[in-house]
Amino acid sequence: MSLDKATVAHIAMLARIRVEDAEQTVLAGELSGILGWIEQLSEVKTDGVEPMTSAVDTTLLRREDKMTDGGVQEKVLANAPATTEGFFVVPKVVE
Amino acid sequence: MSADLTSLGLAEARDALAKKEVSSRELTSAYLAAIEDATPLNAFITVTADHALARADQADARIAAGEGGLIEGLPLAIKDLFCTDQIQTTAGSHILEGFKPQYESTVTANLWRQGGVMLGKTNLDEFAMGSSNETSFYGSVKNPWRRDGDSANLVPGGSSGGSATAVSAHLAAAAIGTDTGGSIRQPAAFTGTVGLKPTYGRCSRWGVVAFASSLDQAGPMTRSVRDAAILLRAMASYDSKDSTSVDIAVPDYETALTGDVKGLRIGIPTEYRVDGMPSDIEALWDKGIEWLRSAGAEIVDVSLPHTRYALPAYYIVAPAEASSNLARYDGVRYGLRVDGEQLQDMYEQTRAAGFGAEVKRRILIGTYVLSAGYYDAYYLQAQKVRTLIKQDFEKVFENVDALLTPTTPTPAFGIGERVDDPISMYLNDVMTVPANMAGLPGISVPAGLSSDGLPLGLQVLGKAFDEATILRVGEMIERAASFDARPQSWWSAS
Amino acid sequence: MAVIQGATGDWEMVIGLEVHAQVTSNSKLFSGAATSFGAAPNTQVSLVDAAMPGMLPVINRYCIEQAIRTGLGLKAKINLHSVFDRKNYFYADLPQGYQISQFLQPIVGEGVVTLDMGEGVTREIGITRLHLEQDAGKSLHDQHPSQSYVDLNRSGIALMEIVSEPDLRSPEEVAAYLRKIRTIVRYLGTCDGNMDEGSMRADVNVSMRRPGEEYGTRCEIKNINSIRFAQQAINYEARRQVDILEDGGAIAQETRLFDSRKGETRSMRSKEESHDYRYFPDPDLLPLVLTQEEVDAIEATLPELPDAKKARLIADYGIGDYEAGVLVADRVRADFFEAVAKNRDSKLAANWVIGEFFGALNKAEKEISISPVDADALGGLLDLISDDTISGRIAKDVFEVMFETGKSAADIVEEKGLKQVTDTGAIEEMIQAVLDANEDKVEQYKGGKDKLFGFFVGQVMKASGGKANPKAVNEILRAKLGG
Ligand SMILES: [Mg+2]
Ligand SMILES: [Zn+2]
Repeated sequence: MSLDKATVAHIAMLARIRVEDAEQTVLAGELSGILGWIEQLSEVKTDGVEPMTSAVDTTLLRREDKMTDGGVQEKVLANAPATTEGFFVVPKVVE
Repeated sequence: MSADLTSLGLAEARDALAKKEVSSRELTSAYLAAIEDATPLNAFITVTADHALARADQADARIAAGEGGLIEGLPLAIKDLFCTDQIQTTAGSHILEGFKPQYESTVTANLWRQGGVMLGKTNLDEFAMGSSNETSFYGSVKNPWRRDGDSANLVPGGSSGGSATAVSAHLAAAAIGTDTGGSIRQPAAFTGTVGLKPTYGRCSRWGVVAFASSLDQAGPMTRSVRDAAILLRAMASYDSKDSTSVDIAVPDYETALTGDVKGLRIGIPTEYRVDGMPSDIEALWDKGIEWLRSAGAEIVDVSLPHTRYALPAYYIVAPAEASSNLARYDGVRYGLRVDGEQLQDMYEQTRAAGFGAEVKRRILIGTYVLSAGYYDAYYLQAQKVRTLIKQDFEKVFENVDALLTPTTPTPAFGIGERVDDPISMYLNDVMTVPANMAGLPGISVPAGLSSDGLPLGLQVLGKAFDEATILRVGEMIERAASFDARPQSWWSAS
Repeated sequence: MAVIQGATGDWEMVIGLEVHAQVTSNSKLFSGAATSFGAAPNTQVSLVDAAMPGMLPVINRYCIEQAIRTGLGLKAKINLHSVFDRKNYFYADLPQGYQISQFLQPIVGEGVVTLDMGEGVTREIGITRLHLEQDAGKSLHDQHPSQSYVDLNRSGIALMEIVSEPDLRSPEEVAAYLRKIRTIVRYLGTCDGNMDEGSMRADVNVSMRRPGEEYGTRCEIKNINSIRFAQQAINYEARRQVDILEDGGAIAQETRLFDSRKGETRSMRSKEESHDYRYFPDPDLLPLVLTQEEVDAIEATLPELPDAKKARLIADYGIGDYEAGVLVADRVRADFFEAVAKNRDSKLAANWVIGEFFGALNKAEKEISISPVDADALGGLLDLISDDTISGRIAKDVFEVMFETGKSAADIVEEKGLKQVTDTGAIEEMIQAVLDANEDKVEQYKGGKDKLFGFFVGQVMKASGGKANPKAVNEILRAKLGG
């Protein structure tokens, strides 16, 4: 499987990582190499095999519907790069 | 006691504290001095000296009062992937530089409840992605070991390389790490130390910076198998804050160290004899088989047919989960922010500047294998292969109690030797990854030296939640190998 | 079916809805933070909701039960095995960078909702699925010229996304559908249905086609928070699409926003960049496995639902389809009616509850729960009508006083001396006085002008201050005039 520059640009956009043009070419080569190696998985016959959903044999834990958390605005905001009046601040979102 | 307090491992220090031969403050001070003396190793990202001494004093007070937990007063190094309340937690990444969690991970909280003393946060591959510790934003960690007659610096393995180095160079009585594809066992093998990856679900993942959620598991990194038994008991717990935690009582693992493996059936999986395995590793494996046989264990050849597919499947599942787990590092609520005119610019610039090359590679691979049109061929197929790998183990464990394999296909390699070849780097984990894929416990025990004088490890794999048996077998190997080699302390200024 | 006449022929609307209904739980779907409306920013946020590193989700048992309950109320299949997936995309108010939702295996499968379109016409709307998912936080874009502000109080609140088939054909059907879903969740108590507080919102998918032909390309109008806006948005969007199609253009499949001030929809560019959500099972959670017993136990506690209640009211109380429909639209109102109608004339009760009582509530903008007249009090008034203590006419005056003062009907009648005059002697006297005073009209009546009978009744009632028993007045008057 080889991955072209345009695909690298597309997945970099999906992943929200800016990748400059020259870097896209390098990454296309590296990622193609890795994917080519991963390709061998297609040899495995998996008809009728259930995909693994968890490495543990246990049932989903369910908590009670109780208010046990929150009310910690200062902890929530403690590491934020920018805040105002209890809000996180980000550059303008254009809708 | 003598000045060489750092020669005491976890069990020895515990016993010395109990007999009041030494205080926690003395022990802690000795380790803090050793850490300072070992800055060239770059094992720590953050040293918490004042915090450590204050905790040591509290521990001494409890010991004096006849109280104290399982590891009261014992100085530990913590991989910088565990969130520690008010103390910088970086995950080895620029994007989390300066981040101070307002909470304590369950595993470290358990350790402090049992009296443990934190010396500092150890270096690691960025977001635990790596097998050599070269992807850390905070610089490579150096292996305390060097090849005979060679001054080249070697990697300590990864991703828990800082913890491994701290244990190997006696910068802490013991350490904890995390293992997603071998990140505890491989660096343990590279540094001549013991590393144990527990069963998935044994230790809580709450408060551990996530790499690949279905694979990540915390575990002890120690100088001896006994120390691993002690530390595992202190850190493990059922945690109702982690939906994948399993509610099974934590036993006293130390009592499993009976020194008796008579009648145990030990499987030797043929598929682990990989092409190009160095003869000294092959010879060590044979030695291990012989030690167990002569101790009364029954050796059985077994087959795990899907072993060779574990690594490629891992390199789909782990990056896929990572690509999603790392989406939260967006510059909004914590960590690095590179401003942009619009929100999208800020995201892209922050993540471009905040993540290193290997992390970006894995995020992009993970994004690709999950994207529309590729999911079935990659992610779904990998999860099906995972089922087959798990079934292989289940079948084999109907007949044997544990498996014996080498931990790594090679000893430690030189810093910079493999950075340009991601796949050869990935192949480091070929023997450790299958246990992660199946959620099973494994331990690496130092068992000998390579032809050029580097430590080599043997790995024991066990059934789910049967850490007791792999500890018992591991200790048997430890006794038989009587591995007592130590690295020269070339890094010491004093 | 709403047909839009274009220059080239007719166009039919095809509409499907995704309703997001907030589960009425104390805490969030995967964290213990509170869910109440209107708190100060970021005060109802746990470290899990803020997606701090290493935080993990643990599911709320009650939210699972409410989803099952709602599924049963939609006559839908409950899936005993369902899976939580991550829907990956970046947004300022989506802290994890993914929403935990259910994609391939939702907790609830296919169901059906019946719409009452009036005059006995009903429409069956298919439900595709219902799944559980997390709500996002809230971004404020209008507080600062170059910045947006983010509040995560809503982040992680449990939503049930109810997806319909594209079975709706007009804004009126959409309104009826939304009202019906709201009624059902309110009956079940699984969502409060308050659209103005955002606890029920709808994404509306609209496309146009030639009647009977294949579906056209659709546009999704996001996050509509009132039934009126939904109708306006559909009307605007249908017209917009027809204009494009008639010009020979093609509809671009996209996400749109409804601007309620302008009454327009417009393209939402920020949502267009990433259609690829890269769903995969959330490795922090295991599959949700239910037992049939668990589902059955929930089913056993379901209340009577609006359709069944309506049928029963018609059968048991002999009231009309329209009256029953009005009553069951709100469970509290239906309960009120039944309390009033019990052991009384049920048609009289229906008329009074729907007419005077609901009218007074609406006028006063009050809910039944705080009404000054309760079911017993209204029943007391109806009893006075039935036993001829007062006339229906007087009763209306009495009711007005009851609603103002909260006093009982009997007390008001007593105080004000409104008791009906049933003494035939007294009535006869009044009638005689009226006839004596209007001899000319008596002559005309006898000459065949029958309509004057009503005039005499009116005069007698007036003379009695409305208190004369109308039945007695009629009888005696007829006897006197006929005699
Ligand atoms: Mg939608
Ligand atoms: Zn939704």
